[in-house]
Amino acid sequence: MGAFLGKRLLGVLPVILGVSIVIFLLVQLAPGDTATVLLGPQATEAAKAQLRHALGLDQPLLVQYFRWLGRTLTGDFGTSIATQIPVIDLVLPRFLNTLILTAASLLLAIVLGYGVGFLAALKANSLFDRVATSVTLMAGSAPPFWLGLVLVLVFSINLGWFPVSGMEDFAGDGGRFDLLHHLVLPAITTALGPAAIIARIVRSCILDALGKAHVRVARSKGLRWSALMQRHVILNALPPIITITGLQLGYLLGGALLTEVVFAWPGLGSLLYDSITARDLPVLQAATLLIALAFVLANIAVDAINAMLDPRLREA
Amino acid sequence: MPESPYMTKVSAPLAGTAASAPFPSSARRHWRLKSFARDRGALVATLFLLAVTLAVILAPVLSPYTAAEADNLARYAAMGMPGHLLGTDQQGRDMLARLLYGGRVSLIVGVVPTVVAGMIGLALGMLAGFFRGLADQIIMRCLDVIFAFPMVLLAIAIAGAMRPGVLTEVIAITVVLIPYFARLARTATDGVLPMPFIEAARAGGGSSLTILLRYVLPNVFSPVVVYATTLMGLMIVVGSGLSFLGLGVQPPTADWGAMVAEGRVVLRKAPHVTVLPGILILVVSLAFNFVGDGIRDALDPRTIRR
Repeated sequence: MGAFLGKRLLGVLPVILGVSIVIFLLVQLAPGDTATVLLGPQATEAAKAQLRHALGLDQPLLVQYFRWLGRTLTGDFGTSIATQIPVIDLVLPRFLNTLILTAASLLLAIVLGYGVGFLAALKANSLFDRVATSVTLMAGSAPPFWLGLVLVLVFSINLGWFPVSGMEDFAGDGGRFDLLHHLVLPAITTALGPAAIIARIVRSCILDALGKAHVRVARSKGLRWSALMQRHVILNALPPIITITGLQLGYLLGGALLTEVVFAWPGLGSLLYDSITARDLPVLQAATLLIALAFVLANIAVDAINAMLDPRLREA
Repeated sequence: MPESPYMTKVSAPLAGTAASAPFPSSARRHWRLKSFARDRGALVATLFLLAVTLAVILAPVLSPYTAAEADNLARYAAMGMPGHLLGTDQQGRDMLARLLYGGRVSLIVGVVPTVVAGMIGLALGMLAGFFRGLADQIIMRCLDVIFAFPMVLLAIAIAGAMRPGVLTEVIAITVVLIPYFARLARTATDGVLPMPFIEAARAGGGSSLTILLRYVLPNVFSPVVVYATTLMGLMIVVGSGLSFLGLGVQPPTADWGAMVAEGRVVLRKAPHVTVLPGILILVVSLAFNFVGDGIRDALDPRTIRR
């Protein structure tokens, strides 16, 4: 297992280098001259040239990239243009909040998706199955930011069950319950789309496994239902299910970014939104880099889980 | 054949089946059309999308108002009010007119990047699969980098760095979509190349270009079209997400995503301003999925419907 992980981590290094190049180049996409943006339109040419020299912007692009990479590797993401705070201090606490939201959403998506998909497969073509199929189709196509607003409309404004936005109640004394209370709607918003897709895949994988010859043999042997399910059906259906769950991570992270904006959840998504509005490129770069890195590592984790379940994959 | 890392994770609709019918005869094409028409969901979805397209094109005929025309005396009108069938928003602008005009932008943002990325990805994937070697390595490595980002994140980052606008949105979505098409096209090309008719064409002295265009392209094309139709639904949602963040079309024009964002402020007082555009995004996206599934089933000999 260690060798497997080591190989995957080593293999992903060139990709991470490529990711850093893309993120560095984002600044080149920005319209306007950086020095003018920083100093304002009234600045003299001499002052702008001086700033460009101080920031190394007069150097060739390649030199600029390696300088930027060197600083980034030591955790120096520069200073936020809008707030003048070191970017790393802005980004790290937000990163934790995004992890809380995505972890909760992933858990919810797995529980909902696996549960609904499994039941729908066992009761294929029943009323439950048909209702589940329609609901998952709709949930899979609903824009997450809109879904969040509809949930707010129903559960916060009309019913008053959950807070409209934020991560904690400033009047209260906080605590875990308060966090959970604030987490419910954003987590559901983020989870529903991926849960719908997972449910559809789980249903078809379980149905597929149920139809296999070895399951029929095991059943005719008189194997207990629970043992049959555990040993022959679920274990066989699991690898494709986990791969699809892994593929949902990107969708889930992307959805979480939009959900954060809807619910003013103080994570990287809302920070990204603020940095775009304020044209604060160092913050935009740092937030993008952190999310991309987390995504790459999460994908490796999915591969590792699959390799643990399916020894055939470890050889590859 | 060396095992390539991107082969293992490809979900290629039809990659295997496309090659089984290299030259669709007119009879087979007719049968496919009939098979598609018999798929009631796909047929209804196609008609619905045609109706929506027609409606947004004919917006000036269908609505007496324009998207920016504000009636200060009729702000926050609820749905069903005389003169404003779908109500008005916080500035007294007619919701029906805004939905119709906004639909133009939303449909463009969903369809155009998918088509452009489909063509670029098709070309890149075919070249990589056909020539292999260094070209393959360079193309696929670069695409791996784009795959390392969650799709929405990269689209937001690209659009966020550029000046907001419809073109920005189209470019951002096109860039993030190219690798998905290229990977599919490469896998499909891999499936076609070992076929006897390619060998025959080679033996007959056909040039690389001839083989690519006459024998590989027709077989790689249909899975790409199926994939594109399905992705259009998702891209309507992704595009509206970018517009929701204010990265797309700027006021007073609004597409459906931007309308949801504007309605947020008055969610309590006039929920229909938020709810209506969202329902349209959902239904249109759903319809694209149905059409995509319908085309796939019609082209796939394994799901014969009689």
